[in-house]
Amino acid sequence: MTDISPTSADAPKPKAHGSLLEATPLMKRRNAAEKRFHAYGIAAIVVALLTLTVMLFTIIRDGHSAFYQATMTFPVTIDAAVVDKTGSGDVAEMSKVTTIGYARILGESLVKYLADEGLVVEGMTDKEITDMISKDAPARLRDRVLADPSLVGQTVTVDAFTGGRVDGYFKGRVTREIAERDSNVTVTQLDMADLMEEAGVLRSKFNWSFITAPDASDLRPEAAGLGVALLGTLYMMLLTFIFTLPIGVAASIYLEEFAPKNRLTDLIEVNISNLAAVPSIVYGILGLAIFINFAGLPSSAPLVGALVLTLMTLPTIIIATRAAIRAVPPSIRDAALGVGASKMQTVVHHVLPLAAPGILTGTILGLASAAGETGPLLLIGMVAFVTNYPASPLDGGFLDPASALPVQVYSWASRSDPAFIERSSGAIIVLLIFLFFMNALAIVLRRRFERRW
Amino acid sequence: MSVGILTLIVLALAVVGFFVGRSRAMSSVGGDARKLHSLPGYYGQTVSLFTAVPAFALMALWLFVQPMVIDARIVGQLGPQIAEDATASKLAMEDVSRIASGLDALQAARGMTNEEMRDMRADFSDIRGRLAEVGVALGSEVNPQIFEMAKDYRIMQARGAMMMSVLVLAAAAAGFVVALRRIHGEFRARNVSETFVRWLLIASAGVAILTTIGIVMSLMSETIRFFGMYPIADFFLGFTWNPQFRGGSDLGLIPLLWGTLYISFVSMVVAVPIGIFAAIYTAEYAPPKVRAVVKPVIELIAGIPTVVFGLFALVTVGPFLRDYIAMPLGLGNSGSSVMTAGLVIGVLNIPFISSLTDDIINAVPQSMRDGSYGLGATKSETIRKVVLPAALPGIVGAILLAASRAIGETMIVTMGAGAAAKLGLNPFEAMTTITVKIVSQLTGDIAFDAPETLVAFALGMTLFVITLCLNIFALWIVRKYREQYE
Repeated sequence: MTDISPTSADAPKPKAHGSLLEATPLMKRRNAAEKRFHAYGIAAIVVALLTLTVMLFTIIRDGHSAFYQATMTFPVTIDAAVVDKTGSGDVAEMSKVTTIGYARILGESLVKYLADEGLVVEGMTDKEITDMISKDAPARLRDRVLADPSLVGQTVTVDAFTGGRVDGYFKGRVTREIAERDSNVTVTQLDMADLMEEAGVLRSKFNWSFITAPDASDLRPEAAGLGVALLGTLYMMLLTFIFTLPIGVAASIYLEEFAPKNRLTDLIEVNISNLAAVPSIVYGILGLAIFINFAGLPSSAPLVGALVLTLMTLPTIIIATRAAIRAVPPSIRDAALGVGASKMQTVVHHVLPLAAPGILTGTILGLASAAGETGPLLLIGMVAFVTNYPASPLDGGFLDPASALPVQVYSWASRSDPAFIERSSGAIIVLLIFLFFMNALAIVLRRRFERRW
Repeated sequence: MSVGILTLIVLALAVVGFFVGRSRAMSSVGGDARKLHSLPGYYGQTVSLFTAVPAFALMALWLFVQPMVIDARIVGQLGPQIAEDATASKLAMEDVSRIASGLDALQAARGMTNEEMRDMRADFSDIRGRLAEVGVALGSEVNPQIFEMAKDYRIMQARGAMMMSVLVLAAAAAGFVVALRRIHGEFRARNVSETFVRWLLIASAGVAILTTIGIVMSLMSETIRFFGMYPIADFFLGFTWNPQFRGGSDLGLIPLLWGTLYISFVSMVVAVPIGIFAAIYTAEYAPPKVRAVVKPVIELIAGIPTVVFGLFALVTVGPFLRDYIAMPLGLGNSGSSVMTAGLVIGVLNIPFISSLTDDIINAVPQSMRDGSYGLGATKSETIRKVVLPAALPGIVGAILLAASRAIGETMIVTMGAGAAAKLGLNPFEAMTTITVKIVSQLTGDIAFDAPETLVAFALGMTLFVITLCLNIFALWIVRKYREQYE
């Protein structure tokens, strides 16, 4: 009975000497199932990676153009009769002239320059030409003149953004068909833009102000920048780091090295693992109720944002720090205790230095995930429209209203003008670069200082 | 004196304390460190700790309490009628603080003395115009009473800051002197400083408990206030969600809960099979080189902020589903839909499920696989019949954790699911979730006495309880499973 094959029941006719080289139908089925199963695994991986690729691709496709902006370069004569009526050259006196005066100067200069250069489109009014200039350009010219009053009366070369629609035309967002229906741009303006590009008056330039300028209103997408959001995120990261590192390390040391096994310790441990899984929006409610409503801290302030992010990331950081401390072998502690060190000396002199790379890595990774957090910051008012840079930290800048990178992504995405989708994707690129550097720092730290026992 | 300078002074004092304490200890034994109880540094450390820690604790407490005290006193000046009306007093307080900050700016811009500021009168000088010059725009003319209060507010703030500086410095100095006076050769400095540090460690670990208490308290107190204004049964059993600015809102939880669960369900349908198969592939099939690349890349997804997924849902996935699936099939014409949000949350959760599952599969002992291979099973049979059943509790735990994340996810649903609270089965229709409504009720101008605002706290409480139950259950399962193989 020893040579009866288990497949004999299904096999049509059992061969006298079943060959291992020849597959039975059952074996074929089983092998096919094996192949299918393997394929499912590969398919799952491919789907996940494909989605990631598509997502990054669409964001870079939509966002890279935010770093370039159609810019007109033309000479502007700063008319003293407009900007400095008294002729005193006094900045306080000159600052009474609003941007409307500068808009007129810019418009007249552009009309004149185009006429001189022979760039003419049939039937184009002066107003249409003037409207091609960004509504933001007069403010920038005004700042420039007020910073350097000697420019009055001179002719200077100005780089002015075009309006968002003309810029969109060069980026392929606005077409002639759209322009016919759009009240903010005319087809003649697009013709003129083409002419100006050929003549080299209008070029696409790298847009530093996207990174440095503050946010701008709905009507001026071309002027909107990330300056305030970047500063806000930087402030928040700095404060969060200052708050989380000592508290996280201290709590982990206590729980790993000192805590007696009792109810209280268990309670703290269960608490920490549960807090790590509480939805982030709940921390936003906590911040709103306690820091803003109860303690009266100002909303939109980086300090409040940092407090919320600290409470939110502390559990994850404590978990990572504890793992790093636990990875230090007990023999180190035994050796230190053996030569007469106290428990505290053992920890401070031996365990902490050895665990430091792991602790820093965990903390930086925790901060990186906090840097991308949006929901809780919405609730503490960081979505507000802020156009003033927060002051420096020593002047109480941590309490000034600011924005944050991920929140800026959200608030631009929720505006109606499609030009803001480009801005939003561009902001994501900046955010991802920011996170990339944080993660790279963590990896470098780990590679360089990690010790294998 | 600003908080920053005060901090620096106290820190400097602590550093000085270290050296003074150490040298005092040394001089008390005639420069022979062997006669000291502890190493000389510990004497310095005691002085530093006693100088800095109580002072900083006092400062933190003061900064927390002072605004509350000042607000209460200003509101007290408003007179009983306004003080009792929470909205009116809040509005008045906002005016007061805006004018006060405007006055600060005015003083800084014009270099005015405190006397000049005190003599300013709302009914004589053009306060609104002057404030507008320094960039503080006011909606209306300044009410003299509010203006006087703003001046009081500034005086109280200045006085409070002054008192804080004095008290903090006094605390630092007192700690310094007390610690220094205790130092002599026999003083057990190491034991004292180590006990001190140990209490600091315990306090840090207590932050976790404080956070939980803070969450529960802030949610509870406002939720109870909400149920004082809005019947509890109507909230939990109401089928309509229709907040009105002027009261008379319908604030029923059911449509929001339905949207939340529906979207989470769709996301789990995406994430669970893909996540588990990805984990099986990386753990069992992938050659080490492939695994070394694929695993980190999949985990990269977990490091991308959710707002990025939100924009992806809004700009790419939503319009794609609408144009190529929903419209041709006549299922709807909305870009934001249950499907959009569900699919994208599913992708977000793939790395979460796959990395947890991968760990769990790796924890299944090799001997079990070897036994199965020895009986002639193929690799897939071994995985399906041996490895997965052994790993099942852990995988269920991972799935529950992922579900709790899907339920609490905010940005993707805010940007991809829509804002219409509906009860429906069509996955291509816009629906809304608990988190979306928390965000929409708590952003912008909010009044803390209207049920329309407070409902967000009741929603937060509901969310907290649901996710907490899921988490506790999941952690319990994972922990129970771990005990079997370790």
